[in-house]
Amino acid sequence: MSRPEHIAPPELFYNDTEAKKYTSNSRIAAIQAEMTLRAVELLSLGDDGPYYLLDIGCGSGLSGEILDEDGHVWAGMDIAPSMLDIAADKDVEGDLFLQDIGQGMGFRPGTFDGAISISVLQWLCNADKKENKPRYRLQRFFSTLFMSLQRGARAIFQFYPENDLQIEMIMGIAMKCGFTGGLVADYPNSKKARKFYLCLFAGQAAPGQKQDLPKGLGSDEADNGIAYTDS
Amino acid sequence: MRLITHNMLKCHVKNCTDPDKQFPLRFKDVQLEQIDAERNNEFLVRMLPRIDWPALSKTTKELDITLPETVPGNPEDDEEFLQALHTAILETHIKQGSMLCDGCGHEYKITNGIPNMLLAEHEI
Repeated sequence: MSRPEHIAPPELFYNDTEAKKYTSNSRIAAIQAEMTLRAVELLSLGDDGPYYLLDIGCGSGLSGEILDEDGHVWAGMDIAPSMLDIAADKDVEGDLFLQDIGQGMGFRPGTFDGAISISVLQWLCNADKKENKPRYRLQRFFSTLFMSLQRGARAIFQFYPENDLQIEMIMGIAMKCGFTGGLVADYPNSKKARKFYLCLFAGQAAPGQKQDLPKGLGSDEADNGIAYTDS
Repeated sequence: MRLITHNMLKCHVKNCTDPDKQFPLRFKDVQLEQIDAERNNEFLVRMLPRIDWPALSKTTKELDITLPETVPGNPEDDEEFLQALHTAILETHIKQGSMLCDGCGHEYKITNGIPNMLLAEHEI
């Protein structure tokens, strides 16, 4: 089966029909919900919530509904109008934006307490037009995202990496933009169950307050985290 | 879109970087809707340092919404202030209209409560 991002750009792939199909598929909805809960867990927010969060690629609001349930105030963006219309109809409480994350974010510095992103990042690696565009877009995305986060806040990306080269590219650019962190793999030994979460830290909340990469699920061995820096 | 998020927005067009002009984005021809929401004082107090008060003042005046002129010394103890803040930033939704950048002139249209932040090729 082809990877969706090889078929068409997301705003065309997720047209009205596909958007409806995606949202009403209970298996997909259940998986998205599970991954959202895991991403929120990896955010390691404190106990004095609710918090102000960003949902990157919020789609039809499957992840946003979970943020609503937890009582957080959030803003979300997506490039597919059909998906956003479904989210609006669902009356999710977050503020929705029609936006291309590869064009950068437009938030003032230190706006958000954290960011999550479910099944989105692989779309940003697509060269829909010119060869060198993905790198520039990733850089624009990560640099503006870094600034929009509070110091010490995290950005957690569940995504489907195509290959190691893609992971290297994403991590390299995120690091250049100031992020630390790494990739957390849940159930790494099961081809069916395994999930990847890119955990990025936007600096430290206070000097000397190093953040540890969370451990992946489903393995008795030492580490499922691939740290890309030694901070 | 609620006013809390509008207060965090700045124009992200390339080379539009004058901090005095790129935010707050100026509303034009807007339709508002007030929707009740549960108030959480801890959240409001946490967000206070992040809110740009002069920008919020400017925007609420444009929209004819009540907002105290200044933040009181002990906001966490001032129920009246917190309620007014809550209503302004979390219960006021902009449903239609547009947002203009005074720096570069870009117009972000708002439809069905969703602002269109897509930029043209020359603005990236």
